[in-house]
Amino acid sequence: MLMSEQNTLNYDGTFDGFLTCVFYIYELKLSTVTFQRKEHVQESLFGSTIEIITDLEKADRVWRGIKRKTSGRGSSRLYTAFLSEQAQIESLLLDYIQHAFKSALPIDSDFSNETVLKVSQIVKSVGREKHRMEAFVRFKLTKDGIYFANIEPDFDVLPLISKHFKSRYADQKWIIYDLKRHYGLYYDLEKVEVMQLTLPEDFDPTKTNTDFFTTSEIEFQTLWQDYFESTNIASRKNMKLHVQHVPKRYWKYLSEKLR
Amino acid sequence: MSFERVQEKLKILADAAKYDVSCASSGSNRSNTSKGLGDATGMGICHSYTEDGRCVSLLKILLTNHCIFDCAYCVTRKSNDIKRAAFQVQEVVDLTINFYRRNYIEGLFLSSGIFKSADYTMERLVAVARKLRLEENFNGYIHLKSIPGASDELMKEAGLYADRLSVNIEIPTKEGLKLLAPDKNREDFIKPMVKVKNEIIQYQSEKKIIKSTPKFAPAGQSTQMIIGASGESDQQIMWTSNYFYKKFNLKRVYYSGYIPISYDSRLPQIGTDVPMLRENRLYQTDWLMRFYGFEVHEILNNEHQNLDLDVDPKLGWALRNMAHFPVDVNKADKFMLARIPGLGMKSVHKILQARQFRKLNWDHLKRMGVALNRAKYFLVCESRDFERRDLTGPQLKSIILQNSTSKYQKVLSPQLNLFG
Repeated sequence: MLMSEQNTLNYDGTFDGFLTCVFYIYELKLSTVTFQRKEHVQESLFGSTIEIITDLEKADRVWRGIKRKTSGRGSSRLYTAFLSEQAQIESLLLDYIQHAFKSALPIDSDFSNETVLKVSQIVKSVGREKHRMEAFVRFKLTKDGIYFANIEPDFDVLPLISKHFKSRYADQKWIIYDLKRHYGLYYDLEKVEVMQLTLPEDFDPTKTNTDFFTTSEIEFQTLWQDYFESTNIASRKNMKLHVQHVPKRYWKYLSEKLR
Repeated sequence: MSFERVQEKLKILADAAKYDVSCASSGSNRSNTSKGLGDATGMGICHSYTEDGRCVSLLKILLTNHCIFDCAYCVTRKSNDIKRAAFQVQEVVDLTINFYRRNYIEGLFLSSGIFKSADYTMERLVAVARKLRLEENFNGYIHLKSIPGASDELMKEAGLYADRLSVNIEIPTKEGLKLLAPDKNREDFIKPMVKVKNEIIQYQSEKKIIKSTPKFAPAGQSTQMIIGASGESDQQIMWTSNYFYKKFNLKRVYYSGYIPISYDSRLPQIGTDVPMLRENRLYQTDWLMRFYGFEVHEILNNEHQNLDLDVDPKLGWALRNMAHFPVDVNKADKFMLARIPGLGMKSVHKILQARQFRKLNWDHLKRMGVALNRAKYFLVCESRDFERRDLTGPQLKSIILQNSTSKYQKVLSPQLNLFG
């Protein structure tokens, strides 16, 4: 019987792809499933593997169903948690969705339920990373007049920070590029677009090379570093607190920490 | 903009401004409507943190550190032998815009020493803000100092450009002020505060009728007090603070542990430790007043003029008022939940929401993030297991202290640390 069997769902790793999986899980009444993203497919020895092709219409049906059963915040939480890219995040979110569909009350605030609590904790860490990127992005002015920043966030937060930067830097062209995930956002004074770059071979993201960047760029970085030093109060030094707020893994792209 | 000159000025005038601890960039609602630069809606952002662990949110500088006053506690006092500098209006504008475009800052915090007169100084501060708003179409955050003695017209114009205005009362008591800053008196600080408060109220009421009424200091007013420079008690500090919150609708009062900067015999000497633990306890009390529903006299009164250093003020209050405990987390209202030591307001809200689904037990509370090592003595939940001993406040205090370590252990230890 199909129902008792272990099923592996192969999908493309997108959120719509995941929602399409959820559609088929209900449609085919699958009970035990594991998810596999296309990029790291392994042959499974046991059970059967099902190829899921992302279908926007089916994804949308599931999404509308979820929205009926949760608050607006609850459904956007699912998307945020998905962006954490954590191992087996799909199974956790599937639990959440199944719990939501079964429950008579909206489950968003059912914090004594393990799945709800866990999702809310993941959402919290993704939210923290989003906020960090809004803080730690450091634009550098290129010779082409584009403000360029590279980041390596713990989670895939670019989709979450787009709006923030668009409304803030409406009158300058900018790029925020995720070096880990090899894609970025480009704002051309009209709209934000997803883009991929081929970076020059001699491009060092921790340096400001005058082949690519303006000379005034280096001056402003120097002024910023000076400011950062002058505003410190030596007699209150507290490195533990400092590192807690600015963890070391972010230092390499923070101009004030590069002196 | 000459790079070397600006660099020199920036070092001097940022150094001189750092004793003002305010860094808030939240609470405003200025959005970017005309495709300009910047947006000051939503929560504040700390773009970096200094090595002392303080947030860097705004470009915080003095316009100049020339000053006609000689306040003993202030590093820019007239009699202090230091390098002096002054920015030109355009230099501050350029720095702000270029830092902002690179996502270094949320905006500008501009203060100044008093040169020539109050009006002359205030006029320069307003000129910077005006230029940023009108010429640069800048919608980031602007915090301006209200200069005591500046004219009403200037204060009014300042409020139209700034998100926040502040004037620091610095010394919590009148007597202390007389001793340390004989040229100044309390009324000078209060006058601009009253003016701004009244303007805010007027603009808000006009806004209800005419939607196009411009914003006036949408992030309100704040002030700062120096702690430990004039021998004041915690009761004096917090009662003053409470008075300012209530009377002038202040958004924030900041407490700044005095950093010895002078050999003046009226003040703690250079080398004296900054009272950081005391400062921390005062902020905790401030939070209890603003978010937890405590009245100031419940925590500090004639019997308790100073806060305990070894326990936080909420735990201190609970230990003195054991009759209110234990609280049943499945039944108590928000007000009483907020008084349980170890429960922050986030936990309180989580409990209120989660208990609609089922009665909560120890395990639920623990997983929600409640600090049970303290809270367990003060609450009961869906479990037959709870603290049954009839402990007195002092007994319980010693149990809790034995089972916890404070990051301030070194400060608290009465023994001299010979080898530390």
